[in-house]
Amino acid sequence: MDELRLDGNAAAGTLGEIFSFEVTTAGYACGGCGKTDVLGGAMVYEVRGLGTIVRCPGCDNALIRLAHIRGLYAIDVGGTRYITTG
Amino acid sequence: MDGGFFSRGFLGRRREHDERLPPGQYLEDGFPVLSAGPTPRTPLSKWDFSVVGEVDEPRRWTWEAFRALPSEGITTDIHCVTKWSKLGTRWEGVSVDTLLDGVETAAEYVTAYCDGDYTTNLPLEEVTGGKAWIAFAYDGEPLEPEHGGPARLLVPHLYFWKSAKWVRGLQLTAHDIPGFWESLGYHNFGDPWREQRYFGD
Amino acid sequence: METVPETPRTKSLVLDVSGWEGHRAGQHVDVRLTAEDGYQAQRSYSIASAPEDEGLALTVDRLEDGEVSPYLTDVLAAGDKLELRGPIGGYFVWEAKDGGPLLLVAGGSGVVPLMAIIRHRAAVGSDVPTRLLLSSRAYEEIIYREELDDLAAGDGSLEVIHTLTRSRPDGWGGYGRRIDAEMLREVAWSPGETPLAFVCGPTPLVESVGANLVDLGHEPARVKTERFGATGG
Repeated sequence: MDELRLDGNAAAGTLGEIFSFEVTTAGYACGGCGKTDVLGGAMVYEVRGLGTIVRCPGCDNALIRLAHIRGLYAIDVGGTRYITTG
Repeated sequence: MDGGFFSRGFLGRRREHDERLPPGQYLEDGFPVLSAGPTPRTPLSKWDFSVVGEVDEPRRWTWEAFRALPSEGITTDIHCVTKWSKLGTRWEGVSVDTLLDGVETAAEYVTAYCDGDYTTNLPLEEVTGGKAWIAFAYDGEPLEPEHGGPARLLVPHLYFWKSAKWVRGLQLTAHDIPGFWESLGYHNFGDPWREQRYFGD
Repeated sequence: METVPETPRTKSLVLDVSGWEGHRAGQHVDVRLTAEDGYQAQRSYSIASAPEDEGLALTVDRLEDGEVSPYLTDVLAAGDKLELRGPIGGYFVWEAKDGGPLLLVAGGSGVVPLMAIIRHRAAVGSDVPTRLLLSSRAYEEIIYREELDDLAAGDGSLEVIHTLTRSRPDGWGGYGRRIDAEMLREVAWSPGETPLAFVCGPTPLVESVGANLVDLGHEPARVKTERFGATGG
């Protein structure tokens, strides 16, 4: 349900372990619609036990997809055109 | 913190292990909703289901045509890779064999594609021979959107991420194309009895 | 570790975290519990204390069928170790130098990070005009009620407005419904005053308030949101 949807704040802890920069104020351009914003305002779907999906609030494109597998992170940032450190 | 740390007195949820379950699974009373994106809300008037790709001719059914196909009741166990299982779940759906009836193909793989961006990949033989359905009802009621309604793929012999919610079609392919979770490190096949959760298992 | 009961269902834990390097009001920590068999559960909790306060305060809403919250409110005791990651967040934060006016809107336990902001504001003696609109189910469930009353009484630039959505005490003269556009129009600063808004609580509340504020003419970039999912409120 969309009631479960969170925002960039919720992914910040996990993303903070992968990126060395502050994630919630990092900028991005969406590979789907071109929208630019900061990741703190993106929609976050915590698929508990499977992974974390960060989506563009404008077009729902998956900007960042993350899975935590056997102690390692698998990360796909292909949904962004770029990410800029904040 | 270092390995060996544990929180005094923390037990986690009581988990009932059951011999009927695959390794590492526990019995769940509820029906957890796991969603990687917003819940699609395709009206039935716009919904269709297609069989496309490496086929002689693509097939397409509107909701009415789909519901006019022979369907059956299925009672089965389901196993999620996040470790919960439910036994004896009741569904109603159209067998994938029915949808592929008469389709000529040399394809060995299939990608289920859905509203939203979810996909999952399977060998064609894992969705044929009475092993898979397009399910439109759960527990005697029309399938709710949060559980994948109007229709989802049901492939209960594999981990439940393969039972793609909001399915809109099957694309038959010559090559195996890893889907949404498979491309992030989840196991390409996903047999719960061999505990194939992640790549390399 | 100290425990402070707040309401029948919530408790604050004040932790002594060695090596804690400080935080900013609005940030959160991730708490991870590990059972002896290796099973782990993790949840995020907003920091309730101001950066200027001694000890790190977390306010925990005890969910009946929760996995982590009952452990924190019922089992965790002085001397126990707790695994934390943080402080986390750079978007939903406020420091006095960020100015205002400040519009804080919360549902239920969404008030926790906003309380850190209010406590920080008081600790540094800021007079940035601030309004807190707090939605709670009932009078007894208002988290930090007494502290908010005291702070508002002593500070002309801080206003606290309550709305009670499920039950109201006899003689209640305040709002008695879910936050809607009309209430926001009455309570919020006008868009011309370019307030900074922080909205926190259950996802449906946050999205509705966020959308209403933008419809009222507030600049989206000045409306910051933190969604807590489906729980609470």
